[in-house]
Amino acid sequence: MPQADRQLMMGNTACMHGAIYAGVRFYAGYPITPSTEVAEGCARELPRIGGRFIQMEDEIASIGAVIGASVAGLKAMTATSGPGYSLMIENIGYAYMIEAPCVIVNVQRGGPSTGLPTKVSQADTMQARWGPHGDYTAIAVAPSSVAEAFTETVRAVNLSERFRTPVTILLDEVIGHMQEMVSLPEAGEYPVVDRAKPTCDPADYAPYGPTENCVNPMPAYGEGYRWYATGLTHDPRGFPTERPDEIVATLERLRHKIEDHRPEIDKVRADRMEDAEIALVSYGSVSRTALQAMMLARGAGLRVGCVQLQTVWPFPLEPLRTLLQNTRKVIVAELNMGQIVEQVERIVPDGGRVHSLLRYDGELITPHQLIDKINEVST
Amino acid sequence: MATKILDLPEEEYMLPGNRACAGCSLGIGLRHILKALGGNCIFAVPASCLTVLGGMYPTSSVRIPWMNVVFPSTGAAASGLAAGLKAIGREDITVVAMAGDGGTADIGIQALSGAAERNANFLYICYDNEAYMNTGTQRSGSTPIGARTTTTPAYGKRQHQKDVPKIMEAHGIPYIATACPSFPTDLYDKVKKAVGKQGTRYMHMCAPCPSGWQFPAKDTVEMGRMAVEVGAVILYEIEDGAFRLTSRSKKLAEQGGLKALRDYIAPQGRFKGMEEETIDHMQAWINRRWQQCIRRDAEGQA
Repeated sequence: MPQADRQLMMGNTACMHGAIYAGVRFYAGYPITPSTEVAEGCARELPRIGGRFIQMEDEIASIGAVIGASVAGLKAMTATSGPGYSLMIENIGYAYMIEAPCVIVNVQRGGPSTGLPTKVSQADTMQARWGPHGDYTAIAVAPSSVAEAFTETVRAVNLSERFRTPVTILLDEVIGHMQEMVSLPEAGEYPVVDRAKPTCDPADYAPYGPTENCVNPMPAYGEGYRWYATGLTHDPRGFPTERPDEIVATLERLRHKIEDHRPEIDKVRADRMEDAEIALVSYGSVSRTALQAMMLARGAGLRVGCVQLQTVWPFPLEPLRTLLQNTRKVIVAELNMGQIVEQVERIVPDGGRVHSLLRYDGELITPHQLIDKINEVST
Repeated sequence: MATKILDLPEEEYMLPGNRACAGCSLGIGLRHILKALGGNCIFAVPASCLTVLGGMYPTSSVRIPWMNVVFPSTGAAASGLAAGLKAIGREDITVVAMAGDGGTADIGIQALSGAAERNANFLYICYDNEAYMNTGTQRSGSTPIGARTTTTPAYGKRQHQKDVPKIMEAHGIPYIATACPSFPTDLYDKVKKAVGKQGTRYMHMCAPCPSGWQFPAKDTVEMGRMAVEVGAVILYEIEDGAFRLTSRSKKLAEQGGLKALRDYIAPQGRFKGMEEETIDHMQAWINRRWQQCIRRDAEGQA
């Protein structure tokens, strides 16, 4: 990429550009630190390209408008932080249920409650999986650089369209607010996925029917297909049902449409794992620390490798199982009181091999903390 | 009888220094509100500049019990505080809910409306700096037409501000008042009057903001005065349904009217480049409200 195309950019701004690149033309949001730059960017950019930006009266309204715009046929996104994400939860559950594709950016800060508005955290990881009540399978991605804030946002929009589901982007305050040199890609460099539209006779259309891959084509309202959308558990035509067989079919389809397509969704990045005896597993901002610690450890002759979870949910079981099978020790590092480490423990049979380095004081884990941990577990 | 400036109580309930920006009108307003309350009060405050002004240990700026609540719940939290105090027999304590314009007109209006419909026993004060200033100036339901914010970057906001006191009036609550810290005795008297009443009382205080409105920090008091002179802010109270202009707005009505809106707009960066048509819209909106207020004031005296 020629130097002239490179620019210094904030993670939140890169996320906004990634959304627009992926075809997002609707943003509804509400100011909250440390996510506001995503909204401010959309307020500037979307009207110029025929998109719509609405500042709503709160986060419940923001996600409500996003779902409305999605059903009207637009790719739609909102961005927030912990307290706002908590307010959005009921509507996110509704989007799972009616299968409205949409993207929710959570630039994580310390919690619970108002917590630490300007400090980094990864304590919303489990909330991205289990926020709304009920059974469903969630997708969440976690960028670890400004460039990834762009590319992972493109991927998140694509996944939401491909699987007709809400996707959460777990940014954190460090990645959201840091500035790095990036080159934004040209159109066509990254694939952009659009939701499948029905082609059948409108009389035969069933918005929630049993399909081979569990994902039904989705018309926009006004395109001639009748679609009754409801948060109530529904039958193939979308109407409320209390029939046990239909309830089970609907819930299982919601699960299978994600679980059966894990290879399309799983994404991990492995560095120096070929001969690694100690694996550092991390995601988001901590993955930067892990890379630095790995290089320092390698310099000292320790065979350390890194695994970064770019897809956090569904938890990338198979890729991780393969990568970790020959390691002697696994260190999971995250900015919370231990959320992903429990997932790793599930797939590493010998529990004694898994260690964690946790930090939840609003600061980033340092490379030296990781080096100390590596020394501790390797003796 | 209106209180004179020299008759304000000496006692201070704010400590010297606070974390607000230089020139913030909120400190002036809160200082006089607290003098009127006399210390026997509990504050419920949502996410806002006010929660920042409250400070961090050990540099807190307030000497009263202070409950920082979540953004949408000010009216609800105050409802609970008031009911709890009643249950333990401490109705002598005034519950004060104090929120910004975003926390009142936008995210907080559901809780406030619910409380007012129940006539919950507290004083709600909205300090209106006309945008989300704590997160760096995004438009709110109370941002005036034409004002540029970071989420109305191209032409400024295209809609008029929401008239929250009018919404509150529709709830039939016993006391509603507007105020401005540039007229501290008017503000003081209104809080005094509100404290003497039971049920939901609502005050809407204009809060000029040097950083968000983009004017020099030394001009805060002058900016508040100008807001009243041009009628962007009208000082009035509605006591058990009876409307009355007060203070400078009363004098302006008696002495022949408002100054031109342009005098108020020109010194503020947020209105820079405002289109003539938009200024005319805003002037027409102000004139309409002003005439309504004059009419209602006259009806009240008849």
